[in-house]
Amino acid sequence: MTQPNKVLATFQVNGEPHEVAFLPHKTLLEVLREEMDLTGTKHGCELGECGTCTVQIDGTPVLSCLVLAVDAVGKDVQTVEGLAQGAELNPLQHCMADLGAAQCGYCTPGVLMAADALLRDNPKPTRDEIKEALAGNLCRCTGYIKIFEAVELAAARMRGEDAQPSKESIYGS
Amino acid sequence: MVLDDPKSAPATREDAPWQHDKKKEDLKHIGKPIRKVDARSKVAGLTRFADDLRLPRMLHMKLLRSTMAHAEIVSIDTSKAAALPGVKGILTGKDMPTPFGILPVSQDEHALCPDKVRFVGDPVVAIAATEEETAWDACRLVDVQYRELQTVGSVHEAAGTNDPRLHDYGVRGNIHRLENLEFGDLADGFNRAEHIREDTFWFEGNTHLPMEQHATLAHFDRDGKLTVWSSTQTPHYLHRALARVLAPLPAHKIRVIAVQNGGGFGGKSDPFNHEICAAKMSMLTGRPVKIALTREEVFWCHRGRHPVLMRSKIGVTKTGRITALDFHSFLDGGAYGSYGTASTFYTGALQTVTYAVENYHFRGARFFTNKAPCGPKRGHGTPQPRFALEVQLDKIACDLGLDPAQMRLDNLAPRDSLTANFLRIGSMGLGACIEKVVEGSGWKERRGKREVTKDGRIRGLGLACSSYLSGAGLPIYWNGLPHSGVQLQLDRSGLVTAFCGSTDIGQGSDSILGWIIGEVLGIDPLGIKVVTADTDLTPVDLGSYSSRVTVMTGNAAMQAAERARDLLAKGVAKKLEVPASRLVFADERVFDAEDPQKGMSFQDAVICTEAQFGTIGTVGSYTPPKSAAKFRGGGVGPSPSYSYSAAVVEVEVDPETGIYRVPKVWMAHDIGRALNAAVAMGQIEGSIYMGLGEAMMEEMAYRDRSHKGKRVFVHKIPSLLEYKSPSACEMPECVTYVIEDPDKNGPFGAKEVGQGPLLPMMPAVANAIFDAVGVRVDENPVSFEKVFAALQAQKAGKEARFGPANDDTGVPVVDFGEPLQIKTPWQGGDGTAHNDPHRTKKAAK
Ligand code: FES
Ligand code: FES
Repeated sequence: MTQPNKVLATFQVNGEPHEVAFLPHKTLLEVLREEMDLTGTKHGCELGECGTCTVQIDGTPVLSCLVLAVDAVGKDVQTVEGLAQGAELNPLQHCMADLGAAQCGYCTPGVLMAADALLRDNPKPTRDEIKEALAGNLCRCTGYIKIFEAVELAAARMRGEDAQPSKESIYGS
Repeated sequence: MVLDDPKSAPATREDAPWQHDKKKEDLKHIGKPIRKVDARSKVAGLTRFADDLRLPRMLHMKLLRSTMAHAEIVSIDTSKAAALPGVKGILTGKDMPTPFGILPVSQDEHALCPDKVRFVGDPVVAIAATEEETAWDACRLVDVQYRELQTVGSVHEAAGTNDPRLHDYGVRGNIHRLENLEFGDLADGFNRAEHIREDTFWFEGNTHLPMEQHATLAHFDRDGKLTVWSSTQTPHYLHRALARVLAPLPAHKIRVIAVQNGGGFGGKSDPFNHEICAAKMSMLTGRPVKIALTREEVFWCHRGRHPVLMRSKIGVTKTGRITALDFHSFLDGGAYGSYGTASTFYTGALQTVTYAVENYHFRGARFFTNKAPCGPKRGHGTPQPRFALEVQLDKIACDLGLDPAQMRLDNLAPRDSLTANFLRIGSMGLGACIEKVVEGSGWKERRGKREVTKDGRIRGLGLACSSYLSGAGLPIYWNGLPHSGVQLQLDRSGLVTAFCGSTDIGQGSDSILGWIIGEVLGIDPLGIKVVTADTDLTPVDLGSYSSRVTVMTGNAAMQAAERARDLLAKGVAKKLEVPASRLVFADERVFDAEDPQKGMSFQDAVICTEAQFGTIGTVGSYTPPKSAAKFRGGGVGPSPSYSYSAAVVEVEVDPETGIYRVPKVWMAHDIGRALNAAVAMGQIEGSIYMGLGEAMMEEMAYRDRSHKGKRVFVHKIPSLLEYKSPSACEMPECVTYVIEDPDKNGPFGAKEVGQGPLLPMMPAVANAIFDAVGVRVDENPVSFEKVFAALQAQKAGKEARFGPANDDTGVPVVDFGEPLQIKTPWQGGDGTAHNDPHRTKKAAK
């Protein structure tokens, strides 16, 4: 059982170069977490079934557990750590925090990366479009509703509207 | 019948020290949708879960698990694995001979199986190596020889197989537990009944499926101290299990830190093999050791919902008043005890707290089978009987021509009363819950109308209710100590730090500390530092299970905060020369109520108090009220308070295929008081979701395969793809009502939130299917193929039902022995059994 040689490559992650040596069969998920210490990206299956490992490559959400790290070299990789502008959370993060859309928070990075890509393509998504975009991100805590509401609220705010969460969504009907 | 007699209510109640009667407008933080204390780090991806941790020189550990469902271990040869470069440590069962288990009555697990394996997935060898892949490779080099034993795969088989036994303890054969409790006079109850029904129900097991797989990092340092970071809901119980197995290492040299859990739902409440092995491996190698389970291994750890077969005979009056309930449950416990003793009692405990039950007989049996062990999942042991009861009541209403909602409203268990089995009900908002969902859903106008949708589906509405505990009245091991402790430290900077053993599994328990302490001290809840779930630093809290944290941790926090406030008031009163009783704590200030200008900042209050009395720290703790149930088995069911829920579910059923969808759900939840509006809503929505998954699709099923003439049970679906759970697309529209009926025993009147509303989902779906197409599915999950089968039966002119045989052949034959007989409160009972052999023995002495 001899190990193959490691490859040395430079990744662009969240706009920063990362030079790492890794075994060529490693997934992007493993290299992000284990070689770059970017543990914001999670794993729930490593088989492409849960969406917790979602990152963006060139703006498109992908499951990092199904991407070989070597295939991400030279591409623009975005992870949850890159969403905030410095210390300031982005509008989607703010809305998720305000509505309690992150309960245990384990699915949250994946959800954020999928929803962030959606909002870039579609500034005014319908509830069904949001569901569609998040269909691959399982969440066991929230029942998704607070996530949908956070995405809608963030979308409105990003369009410049002075939107507030509905009374029913916070206090019930 | 004097069920509503005030004499049956507890005679004396202590004054209500938990401010349940505080008016909403007088509360500054409680009830508001403030962010959780950890919200920022969670959305920034900065929350560290167990597998995100690593230490220098860390080894990776893997477990070799049994491929046999039931076998004796003949030999284990690890020599080839040991020779693999990179392998640093190997453990087998003989290295950790002391058994453990969550309950003192079932210490039946070993960190690694010493001589026998009991299910496919039982761990046999642990190997640590410098690289994760090396540890896997080494596991493949281990040669384990087994001698296969006959397997036991169901409650029927277990009841009929006395030999071989899975365990050499228990009642007899493969019966782990038998409970038999009779409250009141069943024969009389049935005699007075005007209508009697008997039904058999089956509830398939299902699992928690937390998104985070369990992980543990252990470090035995050079000073001889062990630290274990783990995704556990119960660090205190893990601490005890480690001390037991790792003896002579003293408990005070073991530190357990529960890392933020990526979802628990009960699945991280047992001490686990991998946690103990990681600790032992670190002691063996002198290096930090980490193990992160694969998704498949999480299915093997399981401890999820028990599969339960139930037979229920119920007698009612013409108005649906329950005069007698005779309930049998048969639990498929899987391979180990886990929480199973409690689970067994829970299948019988809470039937009485929603509707008045005059006489009640409960018989429960738990069996060992060669499958992953079952344990507590959200609702612990109560969703299965709740499914049976709520579907059966729907049938009763149908038989009697009553509106199922009105029938329930007419027969509610009274507030401030004792039930037949001596549970003490306090606040009781079920009536309000039912009224809300009935009104919101248009129940009265729309039920039974069988409207047809554009695509030819038939609409139906179903209603069901539930109740759940706000924490178990007794701890898991017998002791007279508090269930929760909180320690506060007040610093000259104005910082308040709260130390508490409670464990945040995503439900927001860390935040509860902040909100309550902030409210009492008049400071910003998000400015409070919360240190939790660390056995070295924090006072014991029993853990995040049975919905106990809001009430128990909350009350302890309130006591600690009030003591701090009293001390500060003393200090400030002296300095300002105003009576302490006149001081107000609000807006980060302490001031004179009569002259608000006269005051000082909170920080100055701390400084001037420290100057007078020295370093400031206070403690608070909480122990639940004494239970009225004194009979053996009465320890399971009592709680400081009970939450209530009512649901109406709308379905649209294709009458040809049985395929249905759930477009809308109305859910009302009486939680006493919402400590945080948004977070409470999230808990309710999460329950609706998880209940819907259980109702429609989730099942922990096994393949029954033959291997060399022996049967092997292999998990059918150990992956997230095949274990179906609802995605964003399946989530229905939810109309949620928060009912606030404050309870004297909870902080600001709060009760539990978030377990109760899962329970009515499954029976409400089954009842809605009946409303739509007139067929009964007496099994959970109410999956499409079962609806289809029932529709086929209906078409063929047979009984329009799918479920287990509805006669005595449907359930195993078990001799339950003589029941413990307990007089109900309205028979003048005192909560003891008058024929308890233990009691008689004691009395004779
Ligand atoms: S880890 Fe589950 S999809 Fe990648
Ligand atoms: S917040 Fe826990 S899985 Fe989504």
